[in-house]
Amino acid sequence: MADSVKPMIELKNVSKVYDNGTVGLKDINLTINKGEFVVVVGLSGAGKSTLLRSINRLHNITKGDILIDGESITKAKGKNLRLIRRNIGMIFQNFNLVKRSSVLRNVLTGRVAYYPTWKTTFNLFTKEDKQKAYEALQQVDLANKVYTRADELSGGQQQRVAIARVLTQDPKIILADEPTASLDPQTSKRVMEDLKMLNKKYGMTVVANLHSVELARQFGERVIGIHAGQVVYDGKMSDTPESVFTDIYNGGDGNKEEE
Amino acid sequence: MSKTDHDLMNLPKKKFNFMNLVWLVILVAGLFVSINETNTHISVLFENFSQFADIFVQMLNPDWSYLSAVIPLLLETIKMAVLGTAIGSIIAFIYSLFIARNIVKNKAVTGILRFIMNIVRTVPDLLLGAIFVAIVGIGPVAGILALAVFTFGVVVKLFYEAIETIDPGPIEALTAVGANKLQIIWFAVLPQIMTYFISYVLYAFEINVRASTVLGYIGAGGIGLYLQQTLQVFDYAKTGTIIIVIIIVVVIIDYISSKSREALMR
Repeated sequence: MADSVKPMIELKNVSKVYDNGTVGLKDINLTINKGEFVVVVGLSGAGKSTLLRSINRLHNITKGDILIDGESITKAKGKNLRLIRRNIGMIFQNFNLVKRSSVLRNVLTGRVAYYPTWKTTFNLFTKEDKQKAYEALQQVDLANKVYTRADELSGGQQQRVAIARVLTQDPKIILADEPTASLDPQTSKRVMEDLKMLNKKYGMTVVANLHSVELARQFGERVIGIHAGQVVYDGKMSDTPESVFTDIYNGGDGNKEEE
Repeated sequence: MSKTDHDLMNLPKKKFNFMNLVWLVILVAGLFVSINETNTHISVLFENFSQFADIFVQMLNPDWSYLSAVIPLLLETIKMAVLGTAIGSIIAFIYSLFIARNIVKNKAVTGILRFIMNIVRTVPDLLLGAIFVAIVGIGPVAGILALAVFTFGVVVKLFYEAIETIDPGPIEALTAVGANKLQIIWFAVLPQIMTYFISYVLYAFEINVRASTVLGYIGAGGIGLYLQQTLQVFDYAKTGTIIIVIIIVVVIIDYISSKSREALMR
């Protein structure tokens, strides 16, 4: 596997309480190493999305600290925060493409953080970056759709455009928040294979929230089970018995009885 | 056994609300009181109907030789509308980004700016014209400034409401990519609202063409000046010419504008 075991994401005593009092995360300690493919499983509302969105600070955490490649994102501000975020790509359940823009423009948005504002405003992307975007589209087999408007694509194709966007961003980490939840099984598999490709070919660390146990088993190398905002299971996929999944999805946590 | 028809309940009578009757009486009484207070009698219209018919007939015989004098002022009116719409829309465009709550999260900033916007919106176009005539003097510049402020009032609200209804997903995606605020606006917000913006600007232009014909009345430039002059000397043939020309131009511009808006929204 990875040449050296180097921590990429470190969560230290992370807690998150929403403004309305809902507890999102409860004292989470977690280290994810470079090049890992981690699958996060748990019921809806268990805190999977909160966990992912805390890592790139789309959500602010209430307590604790999160280190990205040794640097604290919790304390980062302004430009520094944006530079850390540039190293973290994200894939969303509903793709989050700009529907009225072309596929190419959507993919190029992955690079905006590398440019000063005035250059992006006048659309001055370099030739290399446009080529890079086109190559990314070839990786996900969408080269023939470069100038198509994003809303003319199917759901699966849109998600692959989102993957091309992440690839163009060239991050060290990819956070995938239920990337397959709105796709059919066949397309889901294709999207997961693309994520796996990013992991193996480009050595990007992948953290994916998944609903489907089947996909989790097929693609994950490490499983993290979340229940009520706490990590209730953490282990290698190959050592994880089926019962763990059943338990997590029945609202329990692997070892102790709940209610 | 299942319930027979007999066991099922009948639809209960809706309770009669006595207050509704009271409100009705108050409203009708209020209507009569206000008619008496303001002396609005339909008979006034009929008593003077012959006069109306007289003017109407005179207007139906327009003085076409007057056309050469009308056309330059008509063009000035359209130019005023174009410039006023453009200036007002550009300011409204920038302003709306600062009062959309999904872009500027600071409630104090959006609140104060919205309050200012609401004040500007309440000033009617003719009053704006009068104010600017007083400031910059008689002429089309006053009209353009009045239309600019008026346009701002019309579109700024439509603009920011359009911004607030966009899909937040792309904003989140751009934030995650590490984009700054301006880049987020440029890549995630603008593509989603641009067609709406253009459509609203065309709509404002339609209104402005109509409004600008009247602005000349108070000396703010454009065709309204002649409208006032001819009416004052009871030269209804010339007034008729002006009105017919205005109607034709307004209809043409409305048609082109609404067709282009339809095409945009597709």
